[in-house]
Amino acid sequence: MPFGNTHNKFKMSYAAEQEFPDLSQHNNHMAKILTPDMYAQLRDKETPSGFTLDDAIQTGVDNPGHPFIMTVGCVAGDEETYDVFKDLMDPVIEDRHGGYKPSDKHKTDLNAENLQGGDDLDPNYVLSSRVRTGRSIRGFCLPPHCSRGERRAIEQLSIEALDSLEGDLKGKYYALKNMTEEEQQQLIDDHFLFDKPVSPLLLASGMARDWPDARGIWHNDNKTFLVWVNEEDHLRVISMQKGGNMREVFTRFCTGLTKIEDLFKNRGHEFMWNEHLGYVLTCPSNLGTGLRAGVHVKLPNVSKHEKFGEILKRLRLQKRGTGGVDTAAVGGVFDISNADRLGFSEVELVQMVVDGVSLLVNMEKRLEAGEAIGDLMPEQK
Amino acid sequence: MASSFTRILSSKRNVGILSIVGLFTTGYTVSQSFCMVSRAQHAEYPDLRKHNNCMASNLTPAIYAKLCDKATPNGYTLDQAIQTGVDNPGHPFIKTVGLVAGDEESYEVFADLLDPVIKERHNGYDPQVMKHPTDLNATKIQSGVFDERYVLSSRVRTGRSIRGLSLPPACTRAERREVERVVVDALSGLKGDLTGKYYSLTLMTEQEQQQLIDDHFLFDKPVSPLLTCAGMARDWPDARGIWHNNEKTFLIWINEEDHTRVISMEKGGNMKRVFERFCRGLKEVERLIQERGWEFMWNERLGYILTCPSNLGTGLRAGVHVKLPRLSKDPRFSKILDSLRLQKRGTGGVDTAAVGGVFDISNLDRLGQSEVQLVQTVIDGVNYLIECEKRLEKGQDIKVPAPLKQFK
Repeated sequence: MPFGNTHNKFKMSYAAEQEFPDLSQHNNHMAKILTPDMYAQLRDKETPSGFTLDDAIQTGVDNPGHPFIMTVGCVAGDEETYDVFKDLMDPVIEDRHGGYKPSDKHKTDLNAENLQGGDDLDPNYVLSSRVRTGRSIRGFCLPPHCSRGERRAIEQLSIEALDSLEGDLKGKYYALKNMTEEEQQQLIDDHFLFDKPVSPLLLASGMARDWPDARGIWHNDNKTFLVWVNEEDHLRVISMQKGGNMREVFTRFCTGLTKIEDLFKNRGHEFMWNEHLGYVLTCPSNLGTGLRAGVHVKLPNVSKHEKFGEILKRLRLQKRGTGGVDTAAVGGVFDISNADRLGFSEVELVQMVVDGVSLLVNMEKRLEAGEAIGDLMPEQK
Repeated sequence: MASSFTRILSSKRNVGILSIVGLFTTGYTVSQSFCMVSRAQHAEYPDLRKHNNCMASNLTPAIYAKLCDKATPNGYTLDQAIQTGVDNPGHPFIKTVGLVAGDEESYEVFADLLDPVIKERHNGYDPQVMKHPTDLNATKIQSGVFDERYVLSSRVRTGRSIRGLSLPPACTRAERREVERVVVDALSGLKGDLTGKYYSLTLMTEQEQQQLIDDHFLFDKPVSPLLTCAGMARDWPDARGIWHNNEKTFLIWINEEDHTRVISMEKGGNMKRVFERFCRGLKEVERLIQERGWEFMWNERLGYILTCPSNLGTGLRAGVHVKLPRLSKDPRFSKILDSLRLQKRGTGGVDTAAVGGVFDISNLDRLGQSEVQLVQTVIDGVNYLIECEKRLEKGQDIKVPAPLKQFK
């Protein structure tokens, strides 16, 4: 697992050059960094669960990428991948996360009290606020490599933990394979339902195996706290609500996450975390905080400004369409979120979003009134 | 299911997960660690309740428990073999196979599952007691030239695997490149009307690509989840290519769904000549690889070994594109095809619809009859269909023939 050649014993009777992938058409971080020498050094290694270099890079070999969009091109099959294959992973991480070095330490801060402001983003512009992250349960293989038994165990542990949540976090689990038609329609209408991945980036890594076994969605009765089980990561945790009160969203996020972590610990499990990489997730792009805090915000004027891209870059923000990654904006409404994941704490990232969106909304109002925004141009953060 | 699993986990809290594995494994460095813990084996058993494929019909929990910790010499496991069947529940009307072989030994190591699957798929052929006949002597064919007012083209295809190299679901890049090297090298030795050229998918020019498309020779990266879930599209298009002779009547696909797919075809109704060239070409290629110390995967139990169990035996599909506008509308059409042991497809191949009354008609069977027998079946059957069409043209009635015997 995940592929038929994971333990192909005949591999080693061929020289490394004979096995080295043809990356001449490729544009992803793995292809930029993986040299024949590195491949030769790492190809006979495997993690304790048996994940190999070829497993890690298969998605990057199968998906040459796009000239404009640089994908990562490798995934982790377990926590040890980041260690056993550090010769590849460290430079990929450094490349992807703005120069983050192997010696750097990542700070975790899930104390929502440390956030300043954030409760007053103008709801005339900010339509909704959302914070998401992922968590992996230590001791289990990650979605590219896990067995059915592991995946089911993760589901079972998650259900037990989530069932213990109380108060405004009290909720219910909907297993993908047992869902009724009505439940399914309701989840679609709420924009909660996730489907079997279609992206070849995900399929080629093996994460969609055995779909929909042990996959499901949990959400609280208020529909403001949502957990995806066994999609691209063990857990994806999402706090969201309409309007611009990012502070409330983040507070619920931190409270919920901390409670879930405690519930897991009470049952003898912890999340994958270390002081260098922070929270460990399947894709190297989600290391550190794994956090994407964002808003859907109306910026029809600012988005047409010639400096829009530059402003976002300086604010360390990125734009997406309202359908999420790889979609286009509709009606001047953009998804604006933090560009970083690693090297900044959760509080720091949410602060950047709060401050940055606040500024963007001010710029929007100025441009609406026909005024200039030159004096509002931010410094590079 | 998962509960006994968590009991194991929580009771072994202070002990690494892999030491549990250490208690039960025999020293394989195989990733299927949790599969090997006997109490948790049922935690690994796939949920096949919504599935309609041959694997799901035959994989009992007992067979799963027996086979789940086995591996072929190259390390291929049961979970890998069945992944495509787990991921593709199938269709209520169309029963797919639901598993693939990663190498020749898969058919032995996983025989407890594969034998019943083969029996079900190949209409009762029992690999445990029966022998498969191979016969590539095209001189035995009779009446192999069709009425060209009806038959537009004739084609015979099969596959061949190179012994000693893993099959597409499990091969490494180096193995796949080795298949390409061995086969292309052998093909360069073909002479006369079989002289031809290789077009590698990675190196082909735009013009070459367009020409191959216009000739209907080009194959593309598989999109069917039946194939992609089995891992056959990994590293595309590395070491994939198309070879064809200058006359464009003999064509070989390299490293698509099998190591090689061999196709003989031409316009018109001379199936005898198509099959003659097919046999001659196959034998010549076999001779050329044997000169270099290689051979095809074959045994007398299963015939030629290919990736999908549905293609065992002869791996042969002999077919025509034939105009049957009246017969195809007759309510007895399907029954007639069944009795003749033929199947219909659209002219785009498997899973396409017929256009303009033109059908792709080919043999249903693959295993348990020889190549000569199957091609003769197609010839006799298509001749019968044409007779029916002619009778219907004249307003005469037709008959459903008595069903042909299963194994000869």
